[in-house]
Amino acid sequence: MDELEKMLLMQIADLHKVPDGAYNIRKNGEADGRRSTPHIRIEGRKDGKSGIDIFVSGETKGESVHIPVVITKTDYREKVYNDFYVEAGADVLIIAGCGIHNCGVETAEHSGVHTFHLGKGARVKYVEKHYAEGDGNGENVMNPETVMYLEEGARMEMETTQIKGVDSTARTTRATLAANADLVIREKIYTHGKQYAKTDFSVQLEGDGAGADIVSRSVAAGTSRQELELRIDGNGKCHGHSECDAIIMDDAHVIAVPALAANCVDAELIHEAAIGKIAGEQLLKLMTLGLTEQEAEEQIIKGFLS
Amino acid sequence: MLELSHISFAASDGDANKEILNDVSLRVNERFVAITGPNGSGKSTLAKIIAGILTPTEGKIFLDGEDITGLSVTERARRGISYAFQQPVRFKGITVKDLISLAAGRKITVSEACTYLSEVGLCARDYIDREVNASLSGGELKRIEIATVLARGTALSVFDEPEAGIDLWSFQNLISVFEKMHARTNGSILIISHQERILNIADKIVVIANGKVEREGSREEILPNLLAGRICPAFGQ
Repeated sequence: MDELEKMLLMQIADLHKVPDGAYNIRKNGEADGRRSTPHIRIEGRKDGKSGIDIFVSGETKGESVHIPVVITKTDYREKVYNDFYVEAGADVLIIAGCGIHNCGVETAEHSGVHTFHLGKGARVKYVEKHYAEGDGNGENVMNPETVMYLEEGARMEMETTQIKGVDSTARTTRATLAANADLVIREKIYTHGKQYAKTDFSVQLEGDGAGADIVSRSVAAGTSRQELELRIDGNGKCHGHSECDAIIMDDAHVIAVPALAANCVDAELIHEAAIGKIAGEQLLKLMTLGLTEQEAEEQIIKGFLS
Repeated sequence: MLELSHISFAASDGDANKEILNDVSLRVNERFVAITGPNGSGKSTLAKIIAGILTPTEGKIFLDGEDITGLSVTERARRGISYAFQQPVRFKGITVKDLISLAAGRKITVSEACTYLSEVGLCARDYIDREVNASLSGGELKRIEIATVLARGTALSVFDEPEAGIDLWSFQNLISVFEKMHARTNGSILIISHQERILNIADKIVVIANGKVEREGSREEILPNLLAGRICPAFGQ
């Protein structure tokens, strides 16, 4: 692996070396390394689609799986399907992410479909980061799609972050929760230049006691555009909370479309949304501490997206 | 030393200009200087003019002999002026420790953050990782605001009604914070306040009414009259 690929891996997965535990590193469409462990098995797909199947046994406790994707080509497109089968009682950390370095003028595009099947009481923390850069004018496109099925009492925590450099993205997330299952999503997006980001979350709370807490924080700078659609359907005695909070700067555009659908009288659903520029008094407070206006702005954004 | 020379400030009020401060001249060189006066007399405007948040319509401001009238908020802060907001600002995502670090101008250790927080009566362990957001009460925010000024340790600190909202914490603690701050910086602390107990520690008291300095002098000169004058029209009570 060369220095550029190592840098991309560090950006998306904080990896300085081959990770401990199970991993699968995908580089320009090829497997660049894979390791299974006694509890976590990684296999190539057998249905002809590109991607892997990951089987996490019920004995797994506190182990991790890293599945980063690195692209360093221009004029390259791929669609990858990764399926996770997490058995009842397992407790696992899954770190995904995609880093693109596009040095050419053509498009580099990665579309990843991650489907999670969580057995009863399984616990998953899923972290994905998206980062792109390039020295040409080529577009960097990432379309992550996440599909989650949570059986009774399962819990999934998803942290999804788009750090920098992604020109166009459609982020689609679908989740279906059985009774007493719990889903937490934290999304952070920063767009700049002419970038476009669309987030589309839809959660079905099917069983009694199911709960979802979804918070999206974003900053849109330059002439970038963001669209956020966030929908929670409460189909039982459940509780759902969603929040979108955006800072808008320069000539950016942000549209937030929250939706709540209560199909049961005992469903408790809440949505909060706010879009606005950085408050003048926040800048002033930090300037009275000796920061310049630009330094103050950077600190406010850094905190907001931390 | 801070010197205000013939400061006037007018704010637009519809079509007309409303005069808030009119020819205010003042020197701040003592340990504790209290500015008091009725509501709406222009005290907070004066504090904002010192910090650089508002620009005077007329007059000049000097810090240690240097004309700082044209300097920005940032430049004044870097020259040693600190300003505690009357209504502290909230930030999503910035933690108490981040804010104190920004105030100190460097990354501070947990134990340093603890020192500043315990001085303002907060149990550091419960607060350092909390966000300075709406989950904190007005009183907690106020004390964190004071801690940021402590962490700066500048030669001039301006507090705009520091006592407001800290009712659960005693005045005596607030006063001991000011005393410790002075012992550390050996500078001047300018406090805008209505509170007799704060006026009681002032070396100099300045009474502002209707945008003008009505009286100024030592505590011994001003305070007895001021207390007797509670029936005076300037205080409206």
